[in-house]
Amino acid sequence: MPVAVYTDGWWAATVTEPLLKVEGLNKRFGAVVASRNLSLDILQGETHALIGPNGAGKSTALAQLAGALRPDAGRIEFAGRDITVLPGHRRARLGLARSFQVTSIFDAFSVEDNVALAAQAHDGHSFRFWLPARRDRRLRRQARSLLARLGLLPQAEVCAGTLAHGEKRQLEVAMALAGRPRLLMLDEPMAGMGSGGTLRMTRLIRELKREVTILLVEHDMDAVFALADRVSVLVYGECIATGTPEQIRRDPLVRRAYLGQG
Amino acid sequence: MVSATRERRILWVTLLLLTTLPGFAQLLGEPYLVSLFSRILIYGLAAASLDLMLGYGGMVSFGHAAFFGIGAYVVAILAFHSAEGSAVPLLGLAGTESALLAWPAAALAAGLAAALIGAVCLRTGGIQFIMITLAFAQMLFYLFVSLSAYGGEDGLSMWDRSRLAGLDLGDDTVFYYVCLTLLVAFLVLARRLVNARFGMVIQGARQNEARMQALGFPIYRYKLVCFALAGTGAGLAGALIANQTEFVSPGLMHWTRSGQILVMVILGGMGTLFGPVLGAAALLLMEEVLSMYTEYWMVYLGPMLILVVLFARRGVYGWLVGGDRD
Amino acid sequence: MLLFLEQVLNGLQLGVTLFLMSAGLTLVFGIMNLINLAHGSFYMIGAYVGATVTARSGSFLLGVLAALPAAGLVGMVVEILVLRRLYDREHLDQVLATFGLILFFNELTRILWGRQPLFMDVPDLLSGTVDIIPGAPYPAYRLAVICVGIAVAAFLYVLITRSRIGMQIRAGASNREMAGALGVNIRLLYTLVFGLGALLAGLAGVMAGPILAVEAGMGESILILTFVVIVVGGIGSVRGALVGALLIGMVDTLGRAFLPGVLRLVLPASEADGVGASLAAMSIYIFMAAVLAWRPRGLFPAHG
Repeated sequence: MPVAVYTDGWWAATVTEPLLKVEGLNKRFGAVVASRNLSLDILQGETHALIGPNGAGKSTALAQLAGALRPDAGRIEFAGRDITVLPGHRRARLGLARSFQVTSIFDAFSVEDNVALAAQAHDGHSFRFWLPARRDRRLRRQARSLLARLGLLPQAEVCAGTLAHGEKRQLEVAMALAGRPRLLMLDEPMAGMGSGGTLRMTRLIRELKREVTILLVEHDMDAVFALADRVSVLVYGECIATGTPEQIRRDPLVRRAYLGQG
Repeated sequence: MVSATRERRILWVTLLLLTTLPGFAQLLGEPYLVSLFSRILIYGLAAASLDLMLGYGGMVSFGHAAFFGIGAYVVAILAFHSAEGSAVPLLGLAGTESALLAWPAAALAAGLAAALIGAVCLRTGGIQFIMITLAFAQMLFYLFVSLSAYGGEDGLSMWDRSRLAGLDLGDDTVFYYVCLTLLVAFLVLARRLVNARFGMVIQGARQNEARMQALGFPIYRYKLVCFALAGTGAGLAGALIANQTEFVSPGLMHWTRSGQILVMVILGGMGTLFGPVLGAAALLLMEEVLSMYTEYWMVYLGPMLILVVLFARRGVYGWLVGGDRD
Repeated sequence: MLLFLEQVLNGLQLGVTLFLMSAGLTLVFGIMNLINLAHGSFYMIGAYVGATVTARSGSFLLGVLAALPAAGLVGMVVEILVLRRLYDREHLDQVLATFGLILFFNELTRILWGRQPLFMDVPDLLSGTVDIIPGAPYPAYRLAVICVGIAVAAFLYVLITRSRIGMQIRAGASNREMAGALGVNIRLLYTLVFGLGALLAGLAGVMAGPILAVEAGMGESILILTFVVIVVGGIGSVRGALVGALLIGMVDTLGRAFLPGVLRLVLPASEADGVGASLAAMSIYIFMAAVLAWRPRGLFPAHG
């Protein structure tokens, strides 16, 4: 399949080096090909959406970028550094943060503990055995300011496992942000949300995109076209097109493979 | 949420009871109680150390008795060479009967063994982790069975308890208070640890390992340190049990012993540190009482254990504290 | 050379015994996701029932025929009364409850049969030796054990890959809900699989009777070896159990037989025997650690 990469648009003029550079990623599970020669550039400062039909390999791609899965072949470069074989926790320390498709938080901790623990990961090593972590002012201040920003401050003391679904999704974003990432990878942040929640999350991401580079995997097309600077389309593990939302909407290949004829 | 004041009250009441126990024993004319409760304190220490990795780190070890046994053997072997006037093989050092040397050595040796064994075991998880910790403990069991220089299967007797400057450890009451002091010290340290940054990491790893990795924590390292610290605590308990009975044998590290310590943790309440001490008391007292009535007390203990697992998961401590933890 | 051949056969015999134990246990792990410490108790029950019936009737065959259903039935009853409630619980709960079962069964056998071990005679028919190669006699009974083990392995292979129930077992292993939707009665299937596992353990027990002493607690030493087998072979894989059992049987037997001798080449004799014995006792655990360092999920990890 030919790959269409549109090169005009505002980013082409403003940006030099991509923050994340993916080249020829391949991953298969037995007979199933999850990533086929996948190449992708995420530019500094952009919000890049990754879309595709169910089973197109979006989550697998994300897992490889985050270091949870190792690609069979290919190369991943982050901020000019080859991270293809770097373990996940090292990538996180470099500034690659992610949220999970299935909500992944610490159910038994309070909401504030969740974010404070995320901030602790960024704050240096944690081989400290004596001082109570819950009275660590710096971590708590960071946690509280993030919670305030996401509107979760009233629930700070609540056990995270008891939050409503939408709040859990927000908490997840808060945890990803606590590490002050350079690239924020959000795996279907709107999944399972009602229209009110989707709207809130869209507003939040719109605010975030001013300060951090975002890779957004999402099903909700309205959200994608409202938020993304560029969109890449994955079909059968392969990137068939990359461009502005407008270009993607018009692309005949994408229309045939993904958006239907409509 | 559990009421903190009630928790604190239970702690203080128990501590008060334990502190005054030798006095009561004397009043009742039952000096035997002092050595029974020394045993309870020692097993409580072993159980609390297991709780550190099990209740907080989520690592289900079925081989904790191995470290208990190592601690015991270190004390006994050092005392053996000291009495014989010979050097400890492989190390070339002289033996010792000093508690200040032998007990830390016991704890360290157990911690080191735990670090080595943990390094292999932590490569796995789930069911495999349970079975591998069990297998390694059995390996050490057979190792000590085959060490004929130290009595092999029959074990090794000590001439005397360790020496501690100014204290007569041979006196059961003095020894009891030494055990109590060490247990309280361990519980305080462990409580600080689980609430410190390190503790937050291991608790996070128990709840959600993938999330911890994604946040940037190399959890293997943290779990390994936790495993080693738990082994150190068990080693200290082992040093005490060797002194209490003045005898060590491979039976100390038999896998049923690991099971027994695990049962104490669950019976008392996992993830509470203090609960397992209550669990040790409950199990050992139950043993004591049942064996007064029947030679075959385990035929009752087994089904009781199953019932506890099925219906009373929060343990003695959870039941005492009340509230809706879990 | 003859000694070596004899030890290889001994290793094979231990290997097939371990396979009988681990086949059932690994299926239960793989399908029900249950860790069952009480599997050794079925081995013990098989041995006790077999020894008793053999002694009363004078017929080893009758002993075996009684031991198999006894172990299988006890297994199914335990599954229905206790273990069924544990499938969805944490492994820790399963460990504790089945630990309770062990305490119960061990004490029960002490009550029923006393504390003295029972001894079983090798049946007359198999009491002689067979020349494997001219001039190398080997006990006929041990050879028979090996043959039975191989036959059971073949039977299991056919059962799991060819039969309808085997298909259901595999379906249940890969996807519980799916198999349920296909009309497989999962509950009954689990009970049957568990009973089959217990029956095989009982078979291992009764066959070990004439070789070892029949006593309370005999199930545990073999249980731990079985765990090592399963971890080495890969949890949930019957093929892994077979390979693991043979490897562990060989490593253990050959280690005990030859390690002291090998060490005598490099150490003084007195030390070599001591160190050799220690190393031999630890050899399978060292082997297991090596396998896991290389492949953390065992040699043949099952899918999922």
